[in-house]
Amino acid sequence: MMHWLNMGGYWPFVWPSYLITLFALALNIYLARRSLAAAKSEARRRAQTQRSET
Amino acid sequence: MNWIWFHRLGSPPHFFRIAGKMVPWFAWLAGIAAVTGLVGGLGLAPPDYQQGEGYRIIFVHVPAAVLSTLAYAVMASAAGVGLIWRMNVAHAVAASCAAVGAWFTLVALATGSLWGRPMWGTYWEWDPRLTSELVLLFLYLGYMGLRGAIDDTARADRASAVLALVGVINLPIIHYSVDWWNSLHQGHTLLKFGKASMPPSMLVPLLLMMLAFTLYFAAILLVRARGEVLRRERNARWISEAIGERP
Repeated sequence: MMHWLNMGGYWPFVWPSYLITLFALALNIYLARRSLAAAKSEARRRAQTQRSET
Repeated sequence: MNWIWFHRLGSPPHFFRIAGKMVPWFAWLAGIAAVTGLVGGLGLAPPDYQQGEGYRIIFVHVPAAVLSTLAYAVMASAAGVGLIWRMNVAHAVAASCAAVGAWFTLVALATGSLWGRPMWGTYWEWDPRLTSELVLLFLYLGYMGLRGAIDDTARADRASAVLALVGVINLPIIHYSVDWWNSLHQGHTLLKFGKASMPPSMLVPLLLMMLAFTLYFAAILLVRARGEVLRRERNARWISEAIGERP
């Protein structure tokens, strides 16, 4: 296991690459979901306002 | 040729519904491809005879770099469609590509830099491939900046579409930079003289990771585009039904 984690001595370059990628992919999922949730929430608020006005 | 599917995709309620159904499929398939690709790339593929274990960075670097240009191509195509056919959904798709594409570019630059340190002895070099990839990042940032600077959505769509289309010139420069100029960057990773440049034990995990990144991009793009469509169509009657609210 330690041999694999060491990556032949290249671990300071290999693992940060994977961590940066994982972070960016996870952040994009969060940002996309938050953006859609905000748009849905705004649309619901508008629909409720329209319903209360009629 | 039957173009009805194309015109139907231009309908915001149709796009919103179809995109919502496709996202889970893309997301699950991306997850499966990523797990199998990572097992193959980090566990099963043998070390490279020159670069040792350090070459394993390519399993995230190459997909990120490919997707950085693919996202731009999708963005420019959608912007072109929006500009020519005045299709609002196409502009929403183009606007949704930019942030994801910029992140892919940043990841490609960062992981490439981490690969360059042990292989070239430097994190950065003003090499044609690296420089043109950096220009791509600036194009994404410029596109987003331009959109953000214009309040009127229709004007922002038109102006940013022109910028996206002009920036397409950078895509062949990125791709062929390793052929056109003396480059420190290695040649084409997948194909060399029409043949695969690596054995199947390395190529298959790499292709799986590229598939995973492509499906991930499709899923994120559709989620973002759904939000963008909702914001653009905020006064339309179909919205209440689509989000489960009675008008």
